[in-house]
Amino acid sequence: MAESPVSRAFRGRRQSGEVEARLPPGQYLERGFPVLSAGPTPHTPLNRWDFSIVGSVERPKRWTWDEFRALPHEAVTADIHCVTKWSKLDTHWEGVSVDTLLAQVNSEADYVIAFSDGGYTTNLPRDHVTGGRAWVVDAYEDGPIPPEHGGPARLLVPHLYFWKSAKWVRGLRLADEDEPGFWETMGYHNLGDPWKEQRYTGD
Amino acid sequence: MDRRLDGNVAGGILGEIFPFEMTSAIATCATCGRTDPIGAFMAYASAIGTVLRCPCCDTALIRLARMKGRYWMDMRGVRTLQMSEHR
Amino acid sequence: MEGTALHRRLTWQMGEVVETRPETARARSLTMAMPEWPGHQPGQHVDVRLTAEDGYQAERSYSIASPPEDRPKVTITVERLDDGEVSPYLVDEVQVGDHLELRGPIGGYFVWKASLGGPLLLVGGGSGIVPLMAMLRHRRAVGSTVPARLLYSARSQEEVIYHGELGDLMRRNDGLLVTYTLTRQQPPGWTGYHRRIDEELLREVVWPAHDHPRAYICGPTQFVETAAMTLVALGYAPTIVKTERFGPTGGG
Repeated sequence: MAESPVSRAFRGRRQSGEVEARLPPGQYLERGFPVLSAGPTPHTPLNRWDFSIVGSVERPKRWTWDEFRALPHEAVTADIHCVTKWSKLDTHWEGVSVDTLLAQVNSEADYVIAFSDGGYTTNLPRDHVTGGRAWVVDAYEDGPIPPEHGGPARLLVPHLYFWKSAKWVRGLRLADEDEPGFWETMGYHNLGDPWKEQRYTGD
Repeated sequence: MDRRLDGNVAGGILGEIFPFEMTSAIATCATCGRTDPIGAFMAYASAIGTVLRCPCCDTALIRLARMKGRYWMDMRGVRTLQMSEHR
Repeated sequence: MEGTALHRRLTWQMGEVVETRPETARARSLTMAMPEWPGHQPGQHVDVRLTAEDGYQAERSYSIASPPEDRPKVTITVERLDDGEVSPYLVDEVQVGDHLELRGPIGGYFVWKASLGGPLLLVGGGSGIVPLMAMLRHRRAVGSTVPARLLYSARSQEEVIYHGELGDLMRRNDGLLVTYTLTRQQPPGWTGYHRRIDEELLREVVWPAHDHPRAYICGPTQFVETAAMTLVALGYAPTIVKTERFGPTGGG
């Protein structure tokens, strides 16, 4: 990007001088929890909420909210990294491992497209949401996930940039071919590994 | 508490791309046909990108992102865009 | 002539801060000299971009407070939000001689100029007064006597921006009436409105719908939506009520 002149003494909200080994390249530490949205906050009532696994599966699987809450949950502590350069360390969530969810279906598909209320989608290779690397979470810091942060449930894939952790997630579609999602078709990297600084297409 | 604002917020980045005053450009939603100046649509803008949505049906009319000296624009949600030569 | 502006795309332009002026305890006006400024219309806004030494950037939109007649100077009025990222810097740190990057002018929708006529209804909440003030300053600069009514909702008299200047404008007796409603605190002896706008208040203050006024409402989202809905309930056609929402916290 073309050089902009520096605004004297402007730092924004960030912490100055903190270089943590836990921050991927180009990230800064953020103590707040910024909300970035691509659309209105959905408000699906829990008695109409469900989570589905569909697509290239032998038989689709669906859980109601009560059924989902009854699945084995794990506590997850994760550092999260947004492509807009903020990172938040040691965030605490609770949710169901995607391994647990995918174990309920039969599928040979290699790709997963997460879909959300409001139409947001994001694509991931199946092996990036298995092996204990991804969850569908329904609690944040000991309470329900606030709606603006993706509640009642969102995807959590902390080893990738946070746009992959789809807010307001309603299911996973298994696919034999990759399908770039909402931001992936808009110049953002198809995978998004923050440690390789894969922010944009071609990085 | 939504982060939506008037389409005016998208006027800046649209104005970098189009040589017209874009908040008064008239867009027709490809889903529901609502036709209004862009200023009357809903803009969701953050550092990741800007999404302009229909206030009636929430369809994303325009998605905009800018990185590495390139603009990416998805306009599948716009059926027609009218831009005036005159201010 | 102004109307035949060249087609040009917006770019970021550097301006030098030539004046700073405290308006209230939380608000300050900044005037920039913009040598490449193409001119603007009352009601338009600019985007301001700040760059930290490590390249981090933040952008915010601010309504232009100055009338087009001030060109090539452009004034914005910024209200400090306690947890804001940009507004504390603009209100507390920026000095004369500093430089700011601006992109604009933006907005053809929320615009009034004297040639559009009236009667004119302006409804502002908090810092929503800023673009409305540009309209009134333009009205004064061109000597317009288009009948105008401003309804300005603020939490207290201390939080009224441009209070002195609005008084001066009224004293010109050129067809402008300013009505305040002070919603949280009122000065001793206050006989004016002291509640949030509602249908009864609007009915008492605004032009009747059959006068076919041009209406502009600006302020926090909730304020704007309430006012707009209420004007429509009073018979204003939705298409002549123009709105500019500042988002839930009013700006950043």
